[in-house]
Amino acid sequence: MPEPLDDLDVSVWRGTASGGAYQSFVVPTMESQTILDVVSWIQQYADPTLTYRFACRVGMCGSCAMMVNGRPRWTCRTHVRKVLQGRKVQIGPLRNLPVIKDLATDMDPFFDKWVAAGGAHRPSATRHEPIPPVDPAQPARVTASAGIECINCAICYAGCDTVTGNSDYLGPAALQRAWTLLNDAKHDGRAAIFDAVSGHGGCHNCHSMGSCTAFCPNDLDPMSAIAGLKRETAKRFWRRGGS
Amino acid sequence: MAGERRVRPGRAHPLWLAFVLHRVSGLALALFLPLHFWVLSYALTAPDQLDEFLLFAEQPLVKFAEFGLVFLLAVHAFGGLRLMALEWLPWSAPQKTLAAGAVGAALFLSGTFFLQVI
Repeated sequence: MPEPLDDLDVSVWRGTASGGAYQSFVVPTMESQTILDVVSWIQQYADPTLTYRFACRVGMCGSCAMMVNGRPRWTCRTHVRKVLQGRKVQIGPLRNLPVIKDLATDMDPFFDKWVAAGGAHRPSATRHEPIPPVDPAQPARVTASAGIECINCAICYAGCDTVTGNSDYLGPAALQRAWTLLNDAKHDGRAAIFDAVSGHGGCHNCHSMGSCTAFCPNDLDPMSAIAGLKRETAKRFWRRGGS
Repeated sequence: MAGERRVRPGRAHPLWLAFVLHRVSGLALALFLPLHFWVLSYALTAPDQLDEFLLFAEQPLVKFAEFGLVFLLAVHAFGGLRLMALEWLPWSAPQKTLAAGAVGAALFLSGTFFLQVI
């Protein structure tokens, strides 16, 4: 029989956009406990005013991301025992985004940039035209498919130091989305994407620090997607005679 | 307030460390180069002072500092090659690891050979 474990010493950020502080809670240890379980326990048994965000609890919706011991993580799929430092866990709102209250951040800047990078799909044909066949093994499609599992959890955005230093920078998720659409044969907005990602705040701000790729919970590789955008925008620049 | 609120994210992963190493070595070299050219200018303006400096540069501590300089230069040069490969070669990660491993092994072998020759 496993030995009963000690309680957890959990430090949770409490506050709003105008300020706040970390508050300590003692949370009982449970088997297969996730960080989201810890936050939910606090809200249900210790302080019902704790604000946080979640929906699916199975790593599909991308709404429960928080800073856990200094690293952005999807809390529903993060087991407490894997991130525990002694008996301590520190849980805070996602970095690089404005706080609404406690652990809930305002995701508007994140999604606004997703759109600004040309992330909305523009079909190249109408529903009245025949569906063009797409070969899944075609290189461009393989490149596009590499990024489609993004759940927009903003973990990459919270982990990126370039976003911290430049609030205009579109960020890894938005740029990876742009790279996906650029390689999508059924997308009809390539010129708009090039303009969106090569300007101020675009892909050339990236310093290839790689935190996006290191932290992505779905094992996606936004850094390489941004490198792809750098290559293609540079090729386009030289092809047009450097204008 | 904002600084206290947010915890700095854990960054100790190889790509971030490579970025920092590249930056720091670049800055250190940028600080070194003007001094380097300044000393070299003594060859034209004050050869005696240059000789004095070269005598000073024979000390073990300076020699050790020169090792640091060569290290910075090597780190920065290879960091630059790494960055160019990372961003300009659409290779897969294992391909890049193999290529970097091959370059590293070649440098080690040729370096060992070079040390035996001199």
